[in-house]
Amino acid sequence: MSSEPVLVARDLTRYYEVSRGAFRDSATLKALDGTSFTVERGKTLAVVGESGCGKSTLARLVTMIETPTSGSLRISGNEIAGASKETLRALRSKVQIVFQNPYGSLNPRQRIGHALEEPLLVNTNLSAKERSEKARAMMASVGLRPEHYERYPHMFSGGQRQRIAIARALMLDPDILVLDEPVSALDVSIQAQVLNLIAEIQERLNLAFLFISHDLSVVRHIANDVMVMYLGRAVEYGTRDDIFRNPQHPYTRALLSATPMADPERKRERIVLKGELPSPLNPPSGCAFNPRCPLAFDLCRVNRPELLAHEASLVACHAVNKPEAAPKAA
Amino acid sequence: MSLLEIQNLTVEFKTGSGWFRAVDGVSFTVDAREVLAIVGESGSGKSVSMLAVMGLLPWTAKVTADRMHFEGRDLLGMGKAERRKIIGKDIAMIFQEPMSSLNPCFKVGYQLTEALKTHMNMDKAQRNARAVELLRQVGIPAPETRLNSYPHQLSGGMNQRVMIAMAISCNPKLLIADEPTTALDVTIQAQILDLLLKIQRDTGMGLVLITHSMGVVAETAERVSVQYAGQKVEEQPVKGLFKDPHHPYTAALLAALPERAHMKRLPSIPGMVPGQFDRPQGCLFSPRCAYATQLCRTQVPPQQKDLGNALCHYPLKDGVALGHPGKEKAA
Repeated sequence: MSSEPVLVARDLTRYYEVSRGAFRDSATLKALDGTSFTVERGKTLAVVGESGCGKSTLARLVTMIETPTSGSLRISGNEIAGASKETLRALRSKVQIVFQNPYGSLNPRQRIGHALEEPLLVNTNLSAKERSEKARAMMASVGLRPEHYERYPHMFSGGQRQRIAIARALMLDPDILVLDEPVSALDVSIQAQVLNLIAEIQERLNLAFLFISHDLSVVRHIANDVMVMYLGRAVEYGTRDDIFRNPQHPYTRALLSATPMADPERKRERIVLKGELPSPLNPPSGCAFNPRCPLAFDLCRVNRPELLAHEASLVACHAVNKPEAAPKAA
Repeated sequence: MSLLEIQNLTVEFKTGSGWFRAVDGVSFTVDAREVLAIVGESGSGKSVSMLAVMGLLPWTAKVTADRMHFEGRDLLGMGKAERRKIIGKDIAMIFQEPMSSLNPCFKVGYQLTEALKTHMNMDKAQRNARAVELLRQVGIPAPETRLNSYPHQLSGGMNQRVMIAMAISCNPKLLIADEPTTALDVTIQAQILDLLLKIQRDTGMGLVLITHSMGVVAETAERVSVQYAGQKVEEQPVKGLFKDPHHPYTAALLAALPERAHMKRLPSIPGMVPGQFDRPQGCLFSPRCAYATQLCRTQVPPQQKDLGNALCHYPLKDGVALGHPGKEKAA
């Protein structure tokens, strides 16, 4: 089965039980509520959304830090749900993650060389010499100098730390790299360096990327496919060009129009969304977006829209999918 | 007369290894009814220069300036008590992280009325009425009940609205917003920026917006001052800055934005912002600059009066470095 994409998720769901104190029942938080996507080798799927939309939960499921409540997740053709411990252990080395904050994700008491060798120490039977050679080769390939091997994380700037984090993620030759907001903590000039490194690694190693971000201009630059999420569900899923040139879902449109663009001459109508993200503990009935949606009508308040094909993308919106049911705009 | 006039502001911090210059000879003015954006990366001294205006720097800081005048009054020369009458009333500031800038132990209403108690001659009922009015002005629903909330009961966007309400409570003439939307989600960021601009237009105050985001600058500012490593490297009206940047740093910064890129590879700026120990001689940007010559590495660059005050030996005009000897001689 070489034709199967390296990462396939079907109706992936993760619920959390949240305690609300001694005198109330615990509540179910639907952090991720039925999401399906595929990522192929050498391609980048960007997951976009605001805080609380479930994008970090998605990262935790794909990296097998947590198990899905229901749904299927296939990595390199292996089903995760119900897999044996040995299979999971083998698969975990195939999926690696780079975290948002390079200041928090490196152990301050560990030399860089040791941090890079640790995955090998845990997962392989390589000798100390081989581990060290591999670490030094990896450092060279991400643009770190040999003398950095003996240094500690505090001696590096944010951009260099993110290089170290990327190098560490690559040590076990993964198939999939999950990048959880890898550049949002960095300055613009450093951000460009790290984005270039990420693109170069993908070309060289033919990796599948799951790129999680809230910055649409970065996503537009790096992604092949884009999935826009809102409160645990995908609201729009399509290729980058379709999503950016011809956004269908009102949330995607609002998100695009709210993103500041570095062009003072550009005149455009800004869709400023009213209100805030609802609590995922108590999501609105029907479409989760309906209280903030400019197109919402009666059906949206009672019936949750499914992700259906519309033009080239998949869109979950009644107003887009069933325009005949929507009231005519006055 | 300008509302705020600063000439040659320098801020140095006493550290274990000598004095560190965080702000180096920065000058600018802000007029009433004007939005000035100060843009720069971390370490460019943009926050520190504004904290110096507010007088909020710790004792380890040494602030010197040829002129630091607010409405013609010398901020550095006046006594502490007199300065405190201006700070928080006529000049107010909004900080970056609303969650950590509000005191978690006190209710929103108490924190909101504190400035009114200090600066305005109001009794308790008047203060409460004003607080409700302020919360309504910044778009918080059910303001009467919100006065009794603690910051942790509000979202990040709501807390930032409370911060804005606090800052405008005494009708300031100058509002300094230090990265007001960096910690917020995109759709909330749009709301907060619109709110700030609306208040600025309604009250006619001057607004200084400190940010690292070129997108935010393009959409809100009228005039932009670009800072690098503590120095102001360029100042221009916003349209000119984006169309024809005069300093190589501004040009490189704009070119590094993913949204302006035309290729898969971004034209990134090599290296990083100099710190305390690797401060170059001559032009501070010279180690990272594509145009740097021997002159740049040894001589402090002049300010180009006609070209946005660009601090550069070879300022750019329409993408061409004026007076540059050419790439082959540059090395």
